[in-house]
Amino acid sequence: MSDQPILEMKNVHSGYGSIKALKGVSIKVMPGEIVAMIGANGAGKSTTLMTICNIVQAEQGEVLYEGRVINKVNPEKLPTMGLCQVPEGRRIFPRLSVEENLILGAFYRNDKDQIAKDIQHAYDLFPILGERRRQEGGTLSGGEQQMLAIARALMTKPKVLLLDEPSLGLAPIIIQQIFDIIKDINREDGTTILVVEQNANLALQAASRGYVMETGEVTLEDKASSLLENPKIREAYLGE
Amino acid sequence: MIQEFKKVWKPYVIGMLWMLGLLWPMLGVHPDGTLTFQKTFTVWSYIVAGSFVILLVYVLNASGSITFITNPVSKAVSGAKSSAQAMPTWVWIVTALVACFVFPQFADRYGTDVAINVLLYICLGLGLNVVVGLAGMLDLGYIAFYGVGAYTYALLNTVYGLAFWVCLPFAGIFACIAGCIVGYPTLRMRGDYLAIVTLGFGEIIRLILNNWMELTNGPNGILGIDRIGWFRFAFEGGIGFETIWVKKLGLFYYFALGLTILVVIGVNRLNFSRVGRAWESIREDETAAELMGVNTFIYKLLAYAMGAFFAGLAGAFFAARMKFVSPESFTFLESAMVLCMVVLGGMGSIPGIILGVAALIALPEVFREFEAYRMLVFGATMIIMMLFRPAGLIPAKRMGQRSDDKE
Repeated sequence: MSDQPILEMKNVHSGYGSIKALKGVSIKVMPGEIVAMIGANGAGKSTTLMTICNIVQAEQGEVLYEGRVINKVNPEKLPTMGLCQVPEGRRIFPRLSVEENLILGAFYRNDKDQIAKDIQHAYDLFPILGERRRQEGGTLSGGEQQMLAIARALMTKPKVLLLDEPSLGLAPIIIQQIFDIIKDINREDGTTILVVEQNANLALQAASRGYVMETGEVTLEDKASSLLENPKIREAYLGE
Repeated sequence: MIQEFKKVWKPYVIGMLWMLGLLWPMLGVHPDGTLTFQKTFTVWSYIVAGSFVILLVYVLNASGSITFITNPVSKAVSGAKSSAQAMPTWVWIVTALVACFVFPQFADRYGTDVAINVLLYICLGLGLNVVVGLAGMLDLGYIAFYGVGAYTYALLNTVYGLAFWVCLPFAGIFACIAGCIVGYPTLRMRGDYLAIVTLGFGEIIRLILNNWMELTNGPNGILGIDRIGWFRFAFEGGIGFETIWVKKLGLFYYFALGLTILVVIGVNRLNFSRVGRAWESIREDETAAELMGVNTFIYKLLAYAMGAFFAGLAGAFFAARMKFVSPESFTFLESAMVLCMVVLGGMGSIPGIILGVAALIALPEVFREFEAYRMLVFGATMIIMMLFRPAGLIPAKRMGQRSDDKE
């Protein structure tokens, strides 16, 4: 790990019209680590990711990726630079088959042979997707859709993967599976992962560091293990 | 059987009473203020009798009392279906092409005229299909680009005397440019808002054609447009070219058929290309497509421009056939008709759209005697279609099967 953060937000403000969702958020993500961002509904977690990808424009402050300001980079350029997001609610392409969802993930790439290999790799990683490759994405179960969304994002060969609430609406056993896969991806490919979660317990167990967000601001930043032991966090987010 | 009947009699009675309520204002209330019931009851009793027979058959079928009739029938139908599916696609294509080629030899002038109309609308429908079926943008002002194409040929021909084949690409390109001009500011919108804005722009283009007297001769239209010209070597007095005007409708039919085949091939290629995939991802989920690296704005603009291009080509043919263009041919109703053809046939499905166009253009011609009821039947057809085949007559093949094809 180098000292240079791969992804950094410096005092970023953004919002939707007159509603300010982020009020000066600063975070740093180092290459190769898993960072968790936890917080309640409406704390601005999803907006943070949307602002990084410039779907929501930052009004103030800077977003840096590999030392480069990306505030003004169009969202569709980011996958080519190695920054990819798995959006909240999965947002797979419901009427396209599983395989075509994956092919679309590799949309900017031209290396056909490698794409075929990567699709195979995705099926190795998620065997259930291989079984259902001809099925329409919309007919998959929630957990399978989440796997598909992650697999699709991996097809862009990301250096940094942004995950927005991967546990949303899933059964606990599936959530556990998803987080195991997230850890695998990080370990095997060295992909940096920033995961936004309400399920604080699982997210912090998987992560090395964590940020706590409240009403558009980062209120706490620490090692994941210390956050897990922090009595305030335990009370507010872990239900103790 | 009694059991089955018990289930359905209530909705049947309610439906019939509702029908009576609907019929009476139409048949029993006269413009002079008198009210009658006689005619309403007569018509209503026919409907009740007819639908009761249908109900009876339905009940008998549901209770299994007439299996001795239904079984062989369903067997025959499924047999025909499976043998139709077993035939490779090219057999269908060749059959259709041969049918199209020999058609003018057997049809009279009127039949050929209708067929040309069908062919031009197929081009329009396929062009709109790119916008609506593939990219998923509802466009209610589509006919405007048809108008731009038609006027491009009309003006270039009458003012500069350019030949049809020179003007044809220009008609496409100008329509394409018009598509970009309209598309650039509007494509930032999504869904319903886009539909309304395209509706507005369609009307703007029509109003320009209607009111720019110096250029377009306003509502009077442009007269005296040349037919399609065709060159032939002439050997009298040295070798040179001789222009033949395509006067016979039969010959024009073949040119229109050629255009249609080109458009079908073009749309088919687009559909199964990388571009087509990008369009489909935009239709499915625009934000997700953007996050996956699809430049949604460019691809949406491209879809719009491609659709306009095809419409422009068809428009030039339209002008050459009519030898006259006026803004009246490009009203909102036409846009709505083309949209209906696409939806009726099946969005995103090329054979479906061809069938949809044939259904909406050719069938009204066949049933000309019932012209007064055309709109009634049209409305009823649309409602029944949306209830029983919401994806269209021939729904688009699921994309999942597309990756099968490759292997």
